[in-house]
Amino acid sequence: MKFGVIVFPGANCDRDIAYVLQDVLQQRVRMVWHEDSDLSDIDVVVVPGGFSYGDYLRCGAIAQFSPAMRATAEHASQGKLVMGICNGFQVLTEMGLLPGALVRNRDLHFVCDRTSMTVERTNLPWTQGYAKGQIITLPIAHGEGCYYAEPDAIKALEDNDQVIFRYSDRSGSHGSATNPNGSINHIAGICNRAGNVLGMMPHPERAADPVLGNTDGLALFEGLLKSALVAV
Amino acid sequence: MAQSSQVSSQHVYEAKVYVTLRPSVLDPAGTAVRSGLSHMGYDNISKVRIGKYIELELTAENKAVAQQQLDKMCDQLLANPVIENYRVEVFESVPAGV
Repeated sequence: MKFGVIVFPGANCDRDIAYVLQDVLQQRVRMVWHEDSDLSDIDVVVVPGGFSYGDYLRCGAIAQFSPAMRATAEHASQGKLVMGICNGFQVLTEMGLLPGALVRNRDLHFVCDRTSMTVERTNLPWTQGYAKGQIITLPIAHGEGCYYAEPDAIKALEDNDQVIFRYSDRSGSHGSATNPNGSINHIAGICNRAGNVLGMMPHPERAADPVLGNTDGLALFEGLLKSALVAV
Repeated sequence: MAQSSQVSSQHVYEAKVYVTLRPSVLDPAGTAVRSGLSHMGYDNISKVRIGKYIELELTAENKAVAQQQLDKMCDQLLANPVIENYRVEVFESVPAGV
C-alpha cells in the first residue's frame, strides 16, 4: 500500500505520520509537496496536522486551493481513501470533502492532552481494527477543534452513521465534562457519506509506537493495511 | 502611454469585506473580550462578537463584475458559509495624487 503525505508550508505532523507508516509498518510513503498535483501512484492520501499556510484567514482555508489538495479532491471522487488529521481535518471541511467546520475551542485554550474516545463505527477501512464501542485514548493538540454544523447537517451525520469517534470518559460515557473543545455531539472524527474520506482531530500517529507508551492509534493504520489485502 | 490605452476599459475598485460569525456559532473569543471589558469597569456590555475586516483593491470592467467576483471570493475563501456571514462594499478608487 502506498501512502502520500501532503506537505504544506507550516505542516508539522507530516514526518510523524511518515515515520509510523514507513518505519513502524514498512509501507511505501511519498511526501507530496503542496505544489505537486500528481497523486496517480498513491493509494491513501494523508493530510497531516500542523498550521498549513500559517493558519491564516481560517485554519485550512488557504490549503484547499493548493494543487495537491485539488488532486486530493479528485482522488476522493474516485472513491479512493483520504484521511485528514487535525489541521488535515480542518482542510477537508474547508474544501467541502467533509461537512461542517472546526471552530475555536469552547474554553479558549489550546488543548494539548490525551483524551478518551469511543469508536462508533467499525465497518470502514479506517476502523476495522477496532471493536465497536471500544474506548481508546489518543493525543489531541488543537486550538480550533470544536466541531460545528447546522442541526440538519448534524442530524444527517448521525442518521448516516458518519460519526466515527466521539470524546468520552474512560468508561465510554459521553458528556460535556469530557468533551475537550465543545464539539457538537462530542464529535472527534467523521467520515463522508461514502466512508472513503475520514477526518479526525485526535492524532493516531502520535500513539502508534510502543516507545511512546500508547499504541491505541496503531489499529487504525493496521486496519487500513488489512483493507488493502482484501482489495487485492 | 501605450499602457494606459490597454487598461482604459478597466476600473480600479476598492472593496471592504466584513466577515462575521453566524449568530448560531458560539464566539468564545468575543466572550473573553467581554469579560476583559467588564474588568475595565464596563458592566453595561451584553454582547461582543468578533469578526474580520478585509480590504481589497481590484480591477474590473465595471462595478457589477467586481461585486460578482467578490461574492465568489467570499463564498469560496474569504468567508466560510458554514460558520460565517459576509458583507461587501465596493467603491471606485480615486487615483492617488489627483
